Amino acid sequence: MNAEMLPSTLFSAAPHWKWLIIWYFFIGGLAGGTFFLAALLDLVGDVRDRALARLGYLIAFPAVLVCGLLLIVDLGRPSRFWHMLIQSNTGWPMFKAYSPMSLGAWALLVFGFFAFLAFLAALGDRGRAGGRWRIRLRPPGALGALVAVGGGIGGLFLSGYTGLLLAATNRPIWSDTTLLGVSFLISAASTSSALLIVLGRRLGGVYALRRLARFEVIVMVLELIALVALVVSLGPLARAWLSVWGVLLVVGVAGLGILVPLVLHWRGGWRAAVAGGVLVLVGGFLFRVVIVLSSEHLGRTI
Amino acid sequence: MAEPMGFFTDTSICIGCKACEVACKEWNQLPAANGGVTTLSGDSYDNTRQLDGLHWRHVRFVEQFAEDRKDGRWLLMSDVCKHCVRAGCMEVCPTGAIIRTEFDTVVIQSDTCNGCRDCIAACPFGVIGMNPVSDTAQKCTLCYDRLKVGLEPACAKACPTDSIQFGTIRELKERAAARVTQLDRQGVKGAYLYGADDRMLGGLNSFFLLMDRPEVYGLPANPQMPSRTLRAGALWTTLTAVVVGLAGVFSFRQRGHREPDEDRP
Repeated sequence: MNAEMLPSTLFSAAPHWKWLIIWYFFIGGLAGGTFFLAALLDLVGDVRDRALARLGYLIAFPAVLVCGLLLIVDLGRPSRFWHMLIQSNTGWPMFKAYSPMSLGAWALLVFGFFAFLAFLAALGDRGRAGGRWRIRLRPPGALGALVAVGGGIGGLFLSGYTGLLLAATNRPIWSDTTLLGVSFLISAASTSSALLIVLGRRLGGVYALRRLARFEVIVMVLELIALVALVVSLGPLARAWLSVWGVLLVVGVAGLGILVPLVLHWRGGWRAAVAGGVLVLVGGFLFRVVIVLSSEHLGRTI
Repeated sequence: MAEPMGFFTDTSICIGCKACEVACKEWNQLPAANGGVTTLSGDSYDNTRQLDGLHWRHVRFVEQFAEDRKDGRWLLMSDVCKHCVRAGCMEVCPTGAIIRTEFDTVVIQSDTCNGCRDCIAACPFGVIGMNPVSDTAQKCTLCYDRLKVGLEPACAKACPTDSIQFGTIRELKERAAARVTQLDRQGVKGAYLYGADDRMLGGLNSFFLLMDRPEVYGLPANPQMPSRTLRAGALWTTLTAVVVGLAGVFSFRQRGHREPDEDRP
């Protein structure tokens, strides 16, 4: 065997991060992305955007709860999940600024707090008893702006750090590029706006949806550029995708998940936009499947 | 702190007896894999195959034979955790379960580890694995419990040829350098030390004398820290966040829009 040219990342062992983690990456992106878009609509949009922003908050908090559950269930010892946050021997906070997983555990907690506040505000908007004070947790107003900005930044972090988490390893593909965070963040933005378009169409607020569709087109173009840059950045290791993973990446992620939705957007019509949104969601999920599983199957995998 | 301790594994005198594997399993009470059902690798006399949560020592059999089997040689290496001075596993561990001991060795505390498996992906040597009994990540502790009472690690104690030598890093380096010189004088060319100097992850506290390229033994030629991509990755991701944010502001800002056509997105 000619072992001379083997990249050093091929000698590491696979961590067996599989479907639970893939779903976490996907739903985490949606949680962060929908909150970010909702916060932005609240902060720079007008009153006609409020219904769609409310939908974003209503999605973000349940989604972040699901994320926490997925991560806990994936642990070898789920009952020790709190060891990520509290040092089990001293009781002091456990935090490592240079460990993306440590940062991510805290980000989930902090983002989850903001998402909970905004969720309360979104429920309050329904006009139930006691809703008035809760509405103050949403912009306009200083407290609402604080929740929106804090949660929006947290949401962006949650969307992008997952790529850095994979990169800060010694696994093939994941740690052979510095662009995974870029692709994960853009994909989170596109899938989140797609979800809001698909679910928001029923709310009937065309004004906000139209602007969301404009955002969706911009991020899909960015997503395509980031995908090409990601493949190029892998250099010779990109050959690992001359397999079923490459077919899934080109046909499923780039074709069905980006190019077809772009064509549907340009063709116009709400039915096409909703169909495009569904395809973007499928493509975003497939992207995470390819990234996670194509590396899991390389090098030492037993 | 005690003087840094470690292993020097001289592969030129390993006979592949696997006494180190057995001694390690015995001392550390590591159970058999697959519930004791033997599975054969099918392509080698080595049926242990790899280091993982149940195998903290692994004697790798490298069988180099010509197609016609007229010429060939065995390379044998007892592999183990490298106890890196700059340890990737320790860097990423989010629970603080992985610590550096007073002997400058790297140990996973099983009562703190919660099985997130980040260290498995971070180790450039593929040393760590999940132990299905404890459901935590495990690897060689360099027999921390034996070191505490002045004993040498079980594998080094059991090795019948002294292929595995235990001692202070300073002393081991001297012995290793002398052995390379000795082999060279005897006409055995190509022997060299892997991980003995501090260029590789600050130095490996478990280093090797090898007879062929590292890859032949399943070792990376250029092992790296997991954080090497972090700075650039974080920078690119932050820039992307700014661009996506601006795209959102551009798309959502109020600019005296006319009511749009209800039928077109």
